[in-house]
Amino acid sequence: MGLVWDGIEHAFRLFLAGDAEVLGITLFSLQVSGAATGLSLVVGIPLGMVLAMKRFPGRSLVVSLINTGMGFPPVVVGLFVTIFLWRSGPLGFMELLYTPSAMIIAQVVIAFPIVAGLTMAAFQSLNPHLRLQLLGIGASTPQLLWLLGKEARLPVLAAIMAGFGGVISEVGASMMVGGNIRGQTRVLTTATVLETGKGNFELAIALGLILLVLSFAVNFLLTYIQQREQLRWPKPS
Amino acid sequence: MQKRSSFAIRLLLLVVLPAIPANLPAGEAAGKNVILSTTTSTQDSGLLDVLVPLFEKKTGYSVKTISVGTGQALALAAKGEADVVLVHAPSLEKKYVADGKLLNRRLVMYNDFIIIGPTTDPAKIKSTRSSVEAVKRIYGSRSRFVSRGDNSGTHNLEKSLWKQAAIEPRGAWYIESGQGMGATLGIANERSAYTITDRATYLAYKKRLALVILLEGDKPLLNIYSVLEVNPANGPRINVVGGKAFADFMVAPDSQAVIKNFGVEKYGQPLFIPVAGMREEQVGE
Repeated sequence: MGLVWDGIEHAFRLFLAGDAEVLGITLFSLQVSGAATGLSLVVGIPLGMVLAMKRFPGRSLVVSLINTGMGFPPVVVGLFVTIFLWRSGPLGFMELLYTPSAMIIAQVVIAFPIVAGLTMAAFQSLNPHLRLQLLGIGASTPQLLWLLGKEARLPVLAAIMAGFGGVISEVGASMMVGGNIRGQTRVLTTATVLETGKGNFELAIALGLILLVLSFAVNFLLTYIQQREQLRWPKPS
Repeated sequence: MQKRSSFAIRLLLLVVLPAIPANLPAGEAAGKNVILSTTTSTQDSGLLDVLVPLFEKKTGYSVKTISVGTGQALALAAKGEADVVLVHAPSLEKKYVADGKLLNRRLVMYNDFIIIGPTTDPAKIKSTRSSVEAVKRIYGSRSRFVSRGDNSGTHNLEKSLWKQAAIEPRGAWYIESGQGMGATLGIANERSAYTITDRATYLAYKKRLALVILLEGDKPLLNIYSVLEVNPANGPRINVVGGKAFADFMVAPDSQAVIKNFGVEKYGQPLFIPVAGMREEQVGE
């Protein structure tokens, strides 16, 4: 137990001292996972909306794939992205392996099914009459999507949180495609693994705590927005 | 309208903004990157954290250190996924050189492996000086033994000891961790088991371990690190020049001096002894 306290104390000291390396790793983790989450929104939200509202051949296959993807083991994603990005692999000419871009690619593959799946669920949970009513009063397609999107925005926010939470905390894929290179591709999770391997348990615990605080802060902010919105729009009784 | 857009803007700020200044590898010119595949001990001991920046400063290359087990490090290089290798499994290395996959094997440094175990020493290995005899006694008493089990340099050395003892280690007493040296030491400690470790990692962990050194100084326990270059024929886009530059750097007098002094301050003794230019038979004499 003494070790955990040492770790907590260490975390505080690192923060107060503004340790450049730890700060760099923290910011870099935010950037990579933020970029990956952002890109998965761009892909995942439209996909989730289409799957929720359109019926087309092969739809159930796509839905099954997305649902499987929501629980995809990051280390498997890492393995396949690595194979694709190897110099001898199909995308080897881009020389992306062991770069931040490779990490973002892997994290997008992990996050976008989560975002798409939860977005789909959010839109499907809307009252089906709402869409007909909106069409009935003459809404154009963009207007329809905008209004439905507005109605579903709170569950979609949950989708964003789940996506971000999934990628900021994963270690398998980031380790494989990033290589945990100091000053280049080292993020909080891979640094925690490394410091544990080095026997620097206090630092490992400190990094773990920073990761916890970070994901708590981001989720707290999003939850705050979500709950405030909820209050502003009281549920119809 | 006001509320709507403010919601959207906040979302944008939260999710997209942190991503914009992501330090993507914009200025990474091809040929400036050297991929070094190496073993966990060079990284976990902190040696590469000292040597790599020196090399980068001297040459302008950017090194991507991929630290994995020796077996995987060699396999990556043989596939052409790395430009230079720094590992510690002489017999395995020679096989790759014989196959023409890796070139110009040069010795860099050495330290030694030690056999550690619980102070009670149930297999009574403290009274022998021979590492092969020690593993025979561990087997004879079926005392718990933790193996790396990951085809690393340490694991290869361990396998060679079992082979010389003509023993096929198997059974509940033989625990294969499949993890790095640090994690393996932790498991051996918790299970009060014997294990074989490199001295550098042991020193780094010593204060958390109840296990003690029971056998050291036997010739087969020498832990020799070499640097190898990659045959350009192994695959596309191998940075041959950069790889050779790193290999040359590792055996250069300045770097050898850094290796010699590394760890003295923290552990009171050097973790590695430089041996560039020596023949393998001379090491440890």
